[in-house]
Amino acid sequence: MDLTTNILSVLIWLPIIGGITVLLAGDADDSASSRAAGMRVLALAVSLLTLLLSGFLYLHFDGSLATMQFVERDSWIGAFNADYYLGVDGISAPLILLTAFITPLVIVAGWDNIKSRPAQYFAAFLILEGLMIGVFAALDAILFYVFWEAMLVPMFLIIGIWGGERRVYATIKFFLYTFLGSVLMLVAFIYLYGKAGSFDFFAFGDVALSLREQQFIFIAFLLAFAVKVPMWPVHTWLPDAHVEAPTGGSVILAAIMLKMGGYGFVRLSLPMVPDGSEYFSFFMIVLSLIAVGYIGLVALVQKDMKKLIAYSSIAHMGFVTLGMFIVWSVAVESGSGAELGVTGGLVQMISHGLVSGAMFLCVGVLYDRMHSRQIGDYGGVANTMPWFAAFMVFFAMANAGLPGTSGFVGEFMVILASFKANFWYAFFAATTLILGAAYTLWMVKRVIYGDVANSNVAALQDLNTREFVVLGILAAAVLLVGLWPAPLIDMMSATVEQLIQQVSQSKIPGA
Amino acid sequence: MHSYHLTIVLAPLAAAIVAGLFGRQIGRAAAHWITVLAVGLSCVLSLIVFKHLYFDGGVAENYSVYTWAVSDGLRMEVGFLIDRLTALMMVVVTFVSLMVHIYTIGYMRDDPGYQRFFSFISLFTFAMLMLVMANNFLQLFFGWEAVGLVSYLLIGFWFKKETAIFANLKAFLVNRVGDFGFILGIAGVVLFTNSLDYQTVFASADNIAAQSITIFGDTAWNAMTVICICLFIGAMGKSAQAPLHVWLPDSMEGPTPISALIHAATMVTAGIFMVARMSPLFELSETALAVVLTIGAVTAFFMGLLGIVQNDIKRVVAYSTLSQLGYMTVALGVSAYSAAIFHLMTHAFFKALLFLAAGSVIIAMHHEQDIRKMGGLRKYMPITYWTSLIGTLALIGFPGSSGFFSKDALIEAVKESHWHGQGMIYWIAYLSVLLGVFVTALYSFRMFFLVFHGKERMDKKTKSHLHESPWVVTAPLILLAIPSAIIGWFTIGPILFGDYFGGSIQVLAGHDVLSGMGTRFTSSAAFIGHALTQPAVWLAVSGAITAWILYLYRPEIPGRLRDKLSPLYTLLDRKYYFDELWIKGFAGGGRRIGSLLWRKGDEFLIDGLMVNGTANSVRRLAGVMRQLQTGYLYHYAFAMIFALALFLAWLLWLS
Repeated sequence: MDLTTNILSVLIWLPIIGGITVLLAGDADDSASSRAAGMRVLALAVSLLTLLLSGFLYLHFDGSLATMQFVERDSWIGAFNADYYLGVDGISAPLILLTAFITPLVIVAGWDNIKSRPAQYFAAFLILEGLMIGVFAALDAILFYVFWEAMLVPMFLIIGIWGGERRVYATIKFFLYTFLGSVLMLVAFIYLYGKAGSFDFFAFGDVALSLREQQFIFIAFLLAFAVKVPMWPVHTWLPDAHVEAPTGGSVILAAIMLKMGGYGFVRLSLPMVPDGSEYFSFFMIVLSLIAVGYIGLVALVQKDMKKLIAYSSIAHMGFVTLGMFIVWSVAVESGSGAELGVTGGLVQMISHGLVSGAMFLCVGVLYDRMHSRQIGDYGGVANTMPWFAAFMVFFAMANAGLPGTSGFVGEFMVILASFKANFWYAFFAATTLILGAAYTLWMVKRVIYGDVANSNVAALQDLNTREFVVLGILAAAVLLVGLWPAPLIDMMSATVEQLIQQVSQSKIPGA
Repeated sequence: MHSYHLTIVLAPLAAAIVAGLFGRQIGRAAAHWITVLAVGLSCVLSLIVFKHLYFDGGVAENYSVYTWAVSDGLRMEVGFLIDRLTALMMVVVTFVSLMVHIYTIGYMRDDPGYQRFFSFISLFTFAMLMLVMANNFLQLFFGWEAVGLVSYLLIGFWFKKETAIFANLKAFLVNRVGDFGFILGIAGVVLFTNSLDYQTVFASADNIAAQSITIFGDTAWNAMTVICICLFIGAMGKSAQAPLHVWLPDSMEGPTPISALIHAATMVTAGIFMVARMSPLFELSETALAVVLTIGAVTAFFMGLLGIVQNDIKRVVAYSTLSQLGYMTVALGVSAYSAAIFHLMTHAFFKALLFLAAGSVIIAMHHEQDIRKMGGLRKYMPITYWTSLIGTLALIGFPGSSGFFSKDALIEAVKESHWHGQGMIYWIAYLSVLLGVFVTALYSFRMFFLVFHGKERMDKKTKSHLHESPWVVTAPLILLAIPSAIIGWFTIGPILFGDYFGGSIQVLAGHDVLSGMGTRFTSSAAFIGHALTQPAVWLAVSGAITAWILYLYRPEIPGRLRDKLSPLYTLLDRKYYFDELWIKGFAGGGRRIGSLLWRKGDEFLIDGLMVNGTANSVRRLAGVMRQLQTGYLYHYAFAMIFALALFLAWLLWLS
């Protein structure tokens, strides 16, 4: 078997099959049983193998190419020309690596604090991993849609079964929001199929469409992707989902699933309906800036740590959409800022995956010990958990976009690019320097610093080895991307350059 | 030389990592040895680099260490620009840092966070060196924020103290307000040059100045003015210029060694250094220079006044620092960049000395910081006394001291600056720096007399324990006192009127006040002689005499004055109400708006009306669907198959 020809299939199906195996083999409901313990070892092994294979993908990925690599294509549903069509480029490959990197960490993070149905818990994450990689690798609309919707199921279960008290409300809100959005995306796919005669993304990219058509398709896509990002004002499912989700669920949700929205815009909206995207670009920029400003202020007043980080996620994702939609405000030439903005948005997705994942893990560490997410229940944690405090302050600084951490890279690039588009875009985007620091560090002040607030805090134990390793690995990744983002950006640049070329060409017939 | 540069930067970083991560394993002594040796090595190598550039006639080096990233044709790199300006800063930073490291061994002796403290101050040294050695805006911003981070960590070093963790958050956020401007300035530079590299940007400075930006409506702003003002907003945060000065006095909550290192000698001068480094840009916008001049003048005078009413020994010195930073900014505003850097250097020595001496007093007083409870310490602490006297004389600009040369030259430069015209800004600036001299002498000697002379006002227990500090504390005092006393005499010629800076600092011929002064400069002695005919020296002397009258000769007068001038006193005591503006106005306002948006926007409008309203209707319509959401996989599988079937049917219908 030559891995280079079917590495993507392996990356998708290995975790799914591994997950099903864990699910079927581990029916014991008792986390103390040796069988359950064996299942989590198996789950970790599968996720680590996936990570290893994604390393193979990285090593064989050629960043100088703008075309799809590791392409696999077989006829799937012949009746309407839907193919099993996979491939990656500089946009999707980093996201697949991120997915493969985060999943083992999530499994280790849930190692012995999932008491109820542990095997099913780990199985859900493995299956979810395969499906998410599928979304990033799919180049056929039907295949994409199947992965896209199927992905909701494990996440729905993770929140619904292992979640907090209001998990039912949160899951329904989560499901309805995301499902309603994506149904319209399917309608758009079918319309495009009617024009192109196949579900191939590239065929979609080639069909000529009038501005009116493109506007409708853009709106259909927008509803699907804006919910996922999430963008104001369709963001309110996220704080609820995060608050109720178990730690691992929050991490995956923030680190990977939110990236689906940004990925959708850059993979579908921009190249398939460039004129529609241009038409709505100012609108999108305004929504992005609202995310930075409005949501930043809302994050400031949150009393629940998970809600605060959830709102902070929305504010950070504003940079992703801002970077993508300023393309039309600048000229399409090298040095104009278009590439800088899109690349910055993509880097921000990766960085946010690392940083927000780490922040949720930090809250999880506290929650495991005190069973509270309320900022007011803490205070002076640094006295009893010095190592944890060091990590939390570090990730908080990354969240506040400190240079040297990954959080800075994307924001910096997007701010530079948006200044090229319009002074005021940069002005409002740069408020994140103040707001991001304010909400993150004010939380740190109240939770980490100060004298020991109460007897619960006094009784806290510092990180155990397992937690230390997970946070340590994430911290190393955050530093690496912050100090040397070149490898990541080099993966993207050729693809982004080609994308900019593509979006600059009108698809309106006769235009 | 390249390996020297790298070692200078990386040695403190490596020491910080070892002392920080393995502090418990290696123990206290190893933690201070490793950091002291590392910073000592940096200091020695910095001196070698300095010697190479100045005495051996070495040429400036500008090179890239590694490429951080390339995107859109924009090269983002990490690299060094080592010219004489950089070399001077490196020597000042590493020397003061070394003194502070040694001093800390004594000052923090009993602190449980001993290793952590050494780790942080070494990390600071690394960050500050990255800042001054940068050859591009990206690395400048990295160093800029990294020193801010370490400042945050060190102000809040005693994190159990509520005042300390309030102060560090305040410091970080106020600095971020400045950085907000700073990053916009950098983005502006990139807009016009598509480069972050200093040399490339400076080379196209004329091009930037020829362009304009429209910000409000159709009014076109000169691009260079916009960029320079934005960059200067960054400097206002870092160098604590009004109205972004509010964080610096509160930063005194941190341990005294860092007040000396970070909040007097080095980090707070980063803004001054940055503007001097950017002289090729600032020179091309007289509007921006006028803004710089005005802000500096206001800070120099009004912050000095606040020093008179403070009773905390460290806060007096902190307000003095604010005022002196204002002086430096004024010098920048009249294009006398060399004078600003010269004052930066002498100030680094004498202000670090004053802070460390204050720390020595604080140790002796068992952490009592109220100067009203001190007095007569002269006979108990002779070394601290004499070194403090040297520092104080340098601060007020007593003829012959280092501060005299730098401050007097600075005032002279403001007086001689003619291109601002003899208009209002000129007079504001000149009168501010001139009257500021009197104020400086007044608050400095007020503190000096209250601490070291007069009645011993401390309680018996404290008094019985009074003694001079150990040698690790006094040795740095002496080593800092030497340059505070004499360095001005030797360096004023080359730095101000010679060609020390060469091409590092560029001044337009029409702006160049220093060259005019240089033609009259013959020797340091003659400079003193000339100064005696000028008002500044006599204002300093009268300030010191006033302090003597008010606090030693007739100590009942200040109380009476306070009662007579109570509105003025209240205004000064409340620090012109700037804290209220920032804390109640901006921070409180932000929270209120945030609350409003959350409760009314998110919860009421979006969730309440739109989402749950829709959801309720949907729920009513699709009661069946809700039943499906039970968490059973087969339900979902069924739903998916059903949907697929529906979809197939639709497709058939379409075709």
